[in-house]
Amino acid sequence: MMASSYNAKEDGHVTVPGGGTIQNKKPDNTAFKQQRLPAWQPILTAGTVLPAFFVIGLIFIPIGIGLYVTSNNIKEFEIDYTGTDMSSPCFNCSQSFSWNSTRPCTCALPFSLEQPFESNVFMYYGLSNFYQNHRRYVKSRDDSQLNGDTTSLMNPSKECEPYARNEKMPIAPCGAIANSMFNDTLDLYYIDPNGTRIQIPLMKKGIAWWTDKHVKFRNPGGNPNLTSAFQGTTKPINWRKPVYELDTDAENNGFINEDFIVWMRTAALPTFRKLYRIIQKKNNMTPTLPRGNYTLEVTYNYPVRSFEGRKRVILSTISWMGGKNPFLGIAYITVGSVCFFLGVVLLIIHHKYGSRNNTADIPN
Amino acid sequence: MYSLERPVQGRSSCSKDRLGRKRRTVVSSLTEDEELTEILKSYSSNKVTTTKYSFLSFIPKNLFEQLHRFANIYFIFLAALNFVPVVNAFQPEISIIPILLVLAVTAVKDLWEDYRKHKSDKFINGLVCEIYSRKQQMYVDQRWQDVHVGDFVRLSCNEIIPADMLLLYSSDPHGVCYIETANLDGETNLKQRQVVRDLPRQGSELTPENFHSRIECENPNNDLSRFRGFMEYPSKARVGLHNNNLLLRSCTIRNTETVIGIVVYAGHETKAMKNNNGPRYKRSKLERRLNVDVLWSVVLLVIMCLTAAIGHGLWLRNLKDTSFLIPDTTSPALSGFYLFWTMIIVLQVLIPISLYVSIEIVKLCQIFFIQNDVDFYNEYMDSRIQCRALNITEDLGQIQYVFSDKTGTLTENKMVFRRCTIAGVEYPHEENGEKSKYIFFLHNTTFSIREHGGATRRQASSRTATSAFVQGGAGGALPEPCKMTSSRPQMCMCLLKRSETDSMRLNCLSSPLFLLRDASMELTYIVDFFMALAICNTVVVSSPNQPRHVSRTPLKSLEDIKMLFQRFGLPRFSTLSSPHTTESPRSFTRRLFSRGKAASFTPRLDGVPGEDGDQGGLENSNGGEGPPSEPRADELIYEAESPDEAALVHAARAYRCTLQGRSLERLLVELPGMGSLAVRLLHILPFDSSRKRMSVVVRHPLTNQVVVYTKGADSVIMDLAESPKGAEQSDGRQGHIREQTQKHLDNYAREGLRTLCIAKKVQTSTEYEIWLKRHAFAETSIENREELLLESAQRLETNLTLLGATGIVDRLQEEVPETIEALQRAGVKVWVLTGDKQETAINIACACKLLRTTDQLLTANCDSKEACKALLLELRAEVERGEAAEGTSGFTLVVDGRTLDFALQEDLKGDFLELSRRCRAVVCCRSTPLQKSHVVQLVRDQLRVMTLAIGDGANDVSMIQVADVGIGISGQEGMQAVMSSDFAISRFKHLRKLLLVHGHWCYTRLANMILYFFYKNVMYVNLLFWYQFFCGFSGSVMTNSWVLIFFNLLFTSAPPLLYGILDKDVSADTLIKLPELYKSGQNSKAYLPSTFWLTMLDALYQSLVCFFIPYFAYAGSDADMLSFGSPINASALLIILLHQVIESRTLTWLHVLVLVGSALFYFSFTLVFSVVCVTCSPPTNPLGVDKLQMSQPLFYGVCALTTVLALLPRYTHQQYISPSDTLKAALMDQLNPDNYCRRMQHWNQTQAQSKARGLIINVEDLDIKIPDFILPKELKECRAATGSVLS
Repeated sequence: MMASSYNAKEDGHVTVPGGGTIQNKKPDNTAFKQQRLPAWQPILTAGTVLPAFFVIGLIFIPIGIGLYVTSNNIKEFEIDYTGTDMSSPCFNCSQSFSWNSTRPCTCALPFSLEQPFESNVFMYYGLSNFYQNHRRYVKSRDDSQLNGDTTSLMNPSKECEPYARNEKMPIAPCGAIANSMFNDTLDLYYIDPNGTRIQIPLMKKGIAWWTDKHVKFRNPGGNPNLTSAFQGTTKPINWRKPVYELDTDAENNGFINEDFIVWMRTAALPTFRKLYRIIQKKNNMTPTLPRGNYTLEVTYNYPVRSFEGRKRVILSTISWMGGKNPFLGIAYITVGSVCFFLGVVLLIIHHKYGSRNNTADIPN
Repeated sequence: MYSLERPVQGRSSCSKDRLGRKRRTVVSSLTEDEELTEILKSYSSNKVTTTKYSFLSFIPKNLFEQLHRFANIYFIFLAALNFVPVVNAFQPEISIIPILLVLAVTAVKDLWEDYRKHKSDKFINGLVCEIYSRKQQMYVDQRWQDVHVGDFVRLSCNEIIPADMLLLYSSDPHGVCYIETANLDGETNLKQRQVVRDLPRQGSELTPENFHSRIECENPNNDLSRFRGFMEYPSKARVGLHNNNLLLRSCTIRNTETVIGIVVYAGHETKAMKNNNGPRYKRSKLERRLNVDVLWSVVLLVIMCLTAAIGHGLWLRNLKDTSFLIPDTTSPALSGFYLFWTMIIVLQVLIPISLYVSIEIVKLCQIFFIQNDVDFYNEYMDSRIQCRALNITEDLGQIQYVFSDKTGTLTENKMVFRRCTIAGVEYPHEENGEKSKYIFFLHNTTFSIREHGGATRRQASSRTATSAFVQGGAGGALPEPCKMTSSRPQMCMCLLKRSETDSMRLNCLSSPLFLLRDASMELTYIVDFFMALAICNTVVVSSPNQPRHVSRTPLKSLEDIKMLFQRFGLPRFSTLSSPHTTESPRSFTRRLFSRGKAASFTPRLDGVPGEDGDQGGLENSNGGEGPPSEPRADELIYEAESPDEAALVHAARAYRCTLQGRSLERLLVELPGMGSLAVRLLHILPFDSSRKRMSVVVRHPLTNQVVVYTKGADSVIMDLAESPKGAEQSDGRQGHIREQTQKHLDNYAREGLRTLCIAKKVQTSTEYEIWLKRHAFAETSIENREELLLESAQRLETNLTLLGATGIVDRLQEEVPETIEALQRAGVKVWVLTGDKQETAINIACACKLLRTTDQLLTANCDSKEACKALLLELRAEVERGEAAEGTSGFTLVVDGRTLDFALQEDLKGDFLELSRRCRAVVCCRSTPLQKSHVVQLVRDQLRVMTLAIGDGANDVSMIQVADVGIGISGQEGMQAVMSSDFAISRFKHLRKLLLVHGHWCYTRLANMILYFFYKNVMYVNLLFWYQFFCGFSGSVMTNSWVLIFFNLLFTSAPPLLYGILDKDVSADTLIKLPELYKSGQNSKAYLPSTFWLTMLDALYQSLVCFFIPYFAYAGSDADMLSFGSPINASALLIILLHQVIESRTLTWLHVLVLVGSALFYFSFTLVFSVVCVTCSPPTNPLGVDKLQMSQPLFYGVCALTTVLALLPRYTHQQYISPSDTLKAALMDQLNPDNYCRRMQHWNQTQAQSKARGLIINVEDLDIKIPDFILPKELKECRAATGSVLS
């Protein structure tokens, strides 16, 4: 940069008084310095563009069909239990809202499955118009506290404000995310043809990511006795019970409660679902969820009507590429077709107009 | 060698004398006077520090300097903003990263540079020289940094001068010292410096104790060629000081054993340091364009942030009781306002601040490649191209007007004496280069003088031929006219080749011999003429036997040797001597001459040339040792300031009128038949551009008269020689000579020769005395000395007697016509601005194909403004008529200097420009340096075009500085042009590759890289923007903040750099062969506003695809924020990298390495991060996210679809929408050699045809066969190309 006017002579040329040793200033004749590096020139001629279009078309259309079929094979059932409608069984529960009401309000929603769900069924709860991705909401947590750090347990990060302390007591877990944890209880009953209600066993473990459960979330102090481990902290304001009473199973209690972990992974979009339970396939003989009538019993705790949210329960099987979503398949097919179509059109154009050029133009 | 000086930055000029005086007083530092010692102490010492920082001040000072840059302030503002809790978007430490990175990189760069400077400073300050010490009464070694003003410094041969000093003593008997100023201006020829005049002789060496004079001189300034002051002796006598007395710092002493000087300026006050301004900074056109688009980015950023802010406000207002949100009492409007700033932080990347750093890096690399181009290497000079301006490489690709000097630029500036006219008789000098044969006919006497001296084998062989010819001539077989002449007592010189006897005959016939009634008169003219050629110059003579870089030869002993040789003489040739006296080289050169001290010089009074005079002296033993063997005249080396001078001196030598030596006070000239004569040199009135002439005042050795020899431009001399005083007879004769000479001059000019007139004037001693008095006054005055000297010179140079004129040919440089043709095909208008005569200029213009036979020549010469205006309008009408008519391929305007003066005036310049705009080429002749720069400025400012000025001499400096791109040619005329240029090349032909290839590449590369940067940033930032619509405009990001920051800084920064450095859209060969491709750069095709917005649209589209395909794929699913962001980020990276692959025209292994490396870096970084980072980066903790995502097929499905769909339009567009000329040429590059050749022909034909028709070529035209229009040259070139490829 600052090569001064005198420095031009600096490189190479050394004049020794008397004799004079002169280094040759001739630049090296190397491919790099002369910018003659062998290069591939990706100029898009008809010769390279057209095959590419066809290849893309030929690859994408089958993938798209595959994806579409896969998605279509997924069984999914969705039921809204927000209770905004007068006719809805949960209407009453939704009207009487209070985070701290001690009397649980339950409602039962009957539904029927037209087709049996053969493989493992994943039970989700879905929320709409719930901005779990709001910047200030997302921030409002303390990862160190959740990781079992005792210092952070007693001194929650200020990011958790105003849910860091309640009456001078540190909140565990602190922050808005934890505070607003989904707390409806959902139970599923199969009404068998003769009218008996059979409760379907729901797996509450294995719904969280392995890394979350085993690495990111840890109970403080390594103390098996959670009550003493959380000594000196208080429950989040909206919670009904402290964190160490989330479950009776020690492996699923405290910060490593999987419902809690799932909730803490903030959803990307305002309409989302979160895995609630897994219904495992018992054996190969009977489907996991046979065709027939069911009842969903909801312990309605979670208020959403204030912000016009919706609550749903989704029962779904999953495939290798996730849940039911026909979009990707259709998109693949569309893009593949467009490419193919473009290829054909360009081939025609090229054939019609390009042939004239071909004599002296682009050989191809 | 270490460079001696470095630029000083930020150092306040010390020129303001502390005492507020206009002058500086210097006395010997040995003085006892307290007051004077104080004054000396107030001057700066010789220690130079060019470093900006010291060890302690580095961090604060560097930080402070960096904070002056806008880009850094922006970064800091963002970082600071992030510390405000209500608006912060990321963790504070993350937002510091960009600014820290930028500051650190710059600081390291600055530190390194400063360290290099420090090292060289230390080296220079530590150099040792000899300073006189009062204590030890002798010269002692001291470091340079301890040299002070007033110190006496003794230097030996080949030592470098430590400070500006006044030369007080030189071991040379004539008080002369030679210095080489290569360190200062690159000129390697020796310059003569002389001891202060009339300094009392102090025996063998100067004794500092006895020096009590006071020196008054100017305050330090940067004018290398000027030094004014006087020295006051204790006796109050004053003597003027010139530049000639000053030894400049960093020059080297040559050819002189010892010099002693007193330091007048030291350290930073020396002229060398004052001249050191460092590299030049210009702002390129592309950067100006770029800044506009950066402003657009700012607008875009503000719009996006406003949208988000308003959206957030509205969203908040519509939101009812939100159980999940943090209870907040801030009003929606205020929240919106806060959010605006948050968004500025989030979307900061949109402003491509890193672009500026990248551009700097790319340009440095481009410079590297230009400097390393082997095609710019000049074998003879061992020089490559010098890039002095570092940041206007891309301007080379956009040049629309080239302004070229003629001499030395288009031509070799290797002057060859071609013909001369003496006293109205023309003598051709047919082949000068050989200088091997010539014949004298003198007074019925024929004798031949053979070339001797460094007789090479070739010369030896030709010698025999010559003698044979001479024999024949003497034997009566002389050509007819010569016989005729030989019957008269006169002298005729014909230098001829045998093969050209006919032309000789013609020339001899044409001589109006009848006029030369008085033979002695004629002889006098001829002798005078050659005498003038030999001495009217400032040529320094040296000989190879006495190497220029003498290693400490003890000169004193040399003197002693000289003393040994008493005058001895040989029978001298005289007009009366016997015929057929063939002087052997030995006898010729073994001439005695006066040794030269004024005291020992005895002027000859008789003026009879033939007599063996008493003048005598010592053999000038050039060898410096050994017996007085003949100094071989032909081995004399002339070092002239201008090549014209050298040519004239060489020409004079060819006619045995040899300049053998030069000292301050006398010249040693060898005349034919008269031997060596010492000519006492009284004055030199050096050349200057306003007088356009130079003179020497000598005491003629033969007549002892004071004679003024003047040499100068014909127009000037002809005017001055107008009214010759003298006898009436002589008057008529002069008139005739003038008439004839003018005729010959016109002929010369038509042949494209450079003409100079030679005149003389004999002064009577009284006239001279009067003049001398006033001249002495002028010399000693400090104020207005230039003016006074000029006036004094003009007083002397009047009433001249015209002797004759010379015609010097200046050969065109190689490949000049091809280069000019290529430039014109490239749409560059070439103007030639020259100081030469109109005829010469037109001739050269024809020779270099600037002017074609089909062109219509418009000449504009007028004497008044009104006439000029009328002429301009008339010419314009003519051009308009011509444009309508078929047949003419273009117009060439020729303007002379006077007309140009009128045309450049305010009210006519519009007309002039309008006219010249329509002409294909313009030749401005007889133009002054100032006019040159005015023309360039006018065209640049009024037409708003990119201009390039190219020149080699000091007279081109102003033009070079004014133009957008200044190119200096390092040639014969010193280095001033080079020092003021942006690029310095050694030949004009290099311009072709520099512009057509490097210019094109640099421009397209940089333009494409800039567009790519904008694209990249807009594309990526928009992803974040779209997300705002789904997070309540809350400023959330779906990416880990580290990845977000690094995305621009690390993952996608290297590929565009490589793209900007190495991309080649068309091969160098094709670019050279198809100059039309250059037009794309001229019209800024690669970077138009439309291209910018198209790129922006593409970026918008790609970001939409890149966001919404993942959006729909994950809508309603249980994906969390980072899982949603992961495929978006990954596909954005792939799109951005593949986009570059599509845009790139060449992919080398380096590209592959960098592209794959970037992708791998991204994926490995995110993967490792998602494993390692347990609680880090709080709001966006990536633990497990990418690991999980990359194990799912959906991730890859989304990425593949997104990437393909996003790139589809660009991919299709590249080929099928309007393929440009450039693209077509690029396609040609891929053809096999045969097809390539065919296509090249087609192209050239189509271009030629379309030009003829004035049509725009289109693709389909390429195939139309045009019979009878094959350009044979291109065909040949094509064959050659094919051959080379095939072999």
